[in-house]
Amino acid sequence: MIKVENLTKRYAGQPAIQDLSFEVSRGEIMGFLGPNGAGKTTTMRILAGFMPPSSGRATVAGYDVFEQSLQARAHLGYMPENVPLYSDMRVTEYLNYRAALKGVQHRRITERVGDVEELCGLKDVKKKLIGTLSKGYRQRVGLADALLAEPDLLILDEPTIGLDPNQIRQVRELIKNLGKHHTILLSTHILPEVEMTCSRVIIIHKGRIEACDTPDNLLGKIRQAGGVVLEAKVGKDNAAEELKKISGVRDVVTDGEDEWKRFSLRVESGADVREEVFRLAADRQWAVRELTQRRATLEDVFVELTHPDQI
Amino acid sequence: MRKFYTLLSREVRGYFHSPIAYIVLIFFLIVSGIDFYFQVSFMNQRQVQYTVQEAFFNSVFFWFAFVLIFPLITMRLFAEEFKLGTIEPLTTAPVRDWQVVLSKFFGALFFYLILWIPTLLYFWIFARIANQPAAHSAGAYFGSYLMLLLLGMFYLSIGCLTSVLTRNQIIAAVISFCAITLLFFLGLVQFILLDVTSTTRDLLGYFSAIEHMGTFSRGVIDTRPIVLYLSITVVMLTLTYQAFQSRKWRL
Repeated sequence: MIKVENLTKRYAGQPAIQDLSFEVSRGEIMGFLGPNGAGKTTTMRILAGFMPPSSGRATVAGYDVFEQSLQARAHLGYMPENVPLYSDMRVTEYLNYRAALKGVQHRRITERVGDVEELCGLKDVKKKLIGTLSKGYRQRVGLADALLAEPDLLILDEPTIGLDPNQIRQVRELIKNLGKHHTILLSTHILPEVEMTCSRVIIIHKGRIEACDTPDNLLGKIRQAGGVVLEAKVGKDNAAEELKKISGVRDVVTDGEDEWKRFSLRVESGADVREEVFRLAADRQWAVRELTQRRATLEDVFVELTHPDQI
Repeated sequence: MRKFYTLLSREVRGYFHSPIAYIVLIFFLIVSGIDFYFQVSFMNQRQVQYTVQEAFFNSVFFWFAFVLIFPLITMRLFAEEFKLGTIEPLTTAPVRDWQVVLSKFFGALFFYLILWIPTLLYFWIFARIANQPAAHSAGAYFGSYLMLLLLGMFYLSIGCLTSVLTRNQIIAAVISFCAITLLFFLGLVQFILLDVTSTTRDLLGYFSAIEHMGTFSRGVIDTRPIVLYLSITVVMLTLTYQAFQSRKWRL
């Protein structure tokens, strides 16, 4: 559905994205992940036909986004970051206008607009001026707009930014459902969102792709796949040294000012050292109030890839 | 074509959703009303060689209002879309750039023509009350309104160009005001050059909106200004289109 080859975009000589290549096939939900300024919006804008790349090529549904921009644009629904809207129009009026602009057949416009309003929960505000809507509703109007022409591909730039937790959950559910019929490329920096909704993830940093895989595979690949956390009262023992002697433990970080100390154990991948830790604690008579295995999250992958020095 | 009409209707509605449209409408009604009142009362006091309709279209009031309205009509066209970012959903919809440019131009032209509708009423009222026609022939009306249309297209296309060049409406308004005023005064230079046979004087005369309006409001349809204003309008709109497209490379 999307094919990107060696895509580069420079702003006044400064590269915003460099040499991006990836593919998104039909029916996938692709998450686009990266810190602010990594080049997510730039890439999406190029794919949506808002601006041309400096070099490289991108096709949407088989159409070059620059050479055959009109056909490419007819196949996608794009929700820009911050959702710019005409504040002087009413919701239904705006959606009618957008539907006509996107070439929805005249007799189907009312039906389509009704459908997307239903889907995005806009029924209550459909007669309101867009300028008076809250951020969450504006966001939904943007999403409804992207869905109007039943495009094969949805490009959503930060669809959940500025929403409250309930709304985020709703939008996430909506995206999951949409993924059954549409191909979706969505950008975000909310990590649980990607873990829950996306079938594949691209992590982009400083304009380059750092990783591109399924969320599970990414977790598997990470250097330190999780670890064990122990919170205990160890008295005068040099607990960190003793914990380090357990086979499989690579490193121990100690936290805590008072008598309760918190030890974060980095372990070799696949190893479960909780039993040994328990035996050691029982042996030394340490009072334990927490002993958990921490699963690696996408956040770890993300931090490791984008800030390798912080680990 | 359907997309063009969709865009056009959005443009026209956009005017009436914003206070600026009503400000311009009221301002224009007041100034043109005063203009008409003064011309009629002036002609009541002394014998003159021209008709009410000619006087109306050639007075200082008329030109004062005329030059002022164009920046107000055109400043928001592109600048507002750039400022609000709505240019992004607009240009990522499957519409062509020329459709956007032409819809904005014709939307502005439509609003401009609406401004003139009440003036038709003035002449009708005059004819009813004074029991004599406001102009000496129907051709004089036709000529005046044709000139209004041509000048409108010309100045609006300049306004379109200045609005596409910036994201700040005030800057767009100031630049188009300066450009329109300069072009307008270019035609006045011939009254300053006293050398009667000067070719510069003749040349500048070709650009004189005042002179063209004088001719046309007498009912004389001269093709030279028609060609001049239509061709400059086309050039300005082409430049607007190019500038609009260039955003892709400037971004």
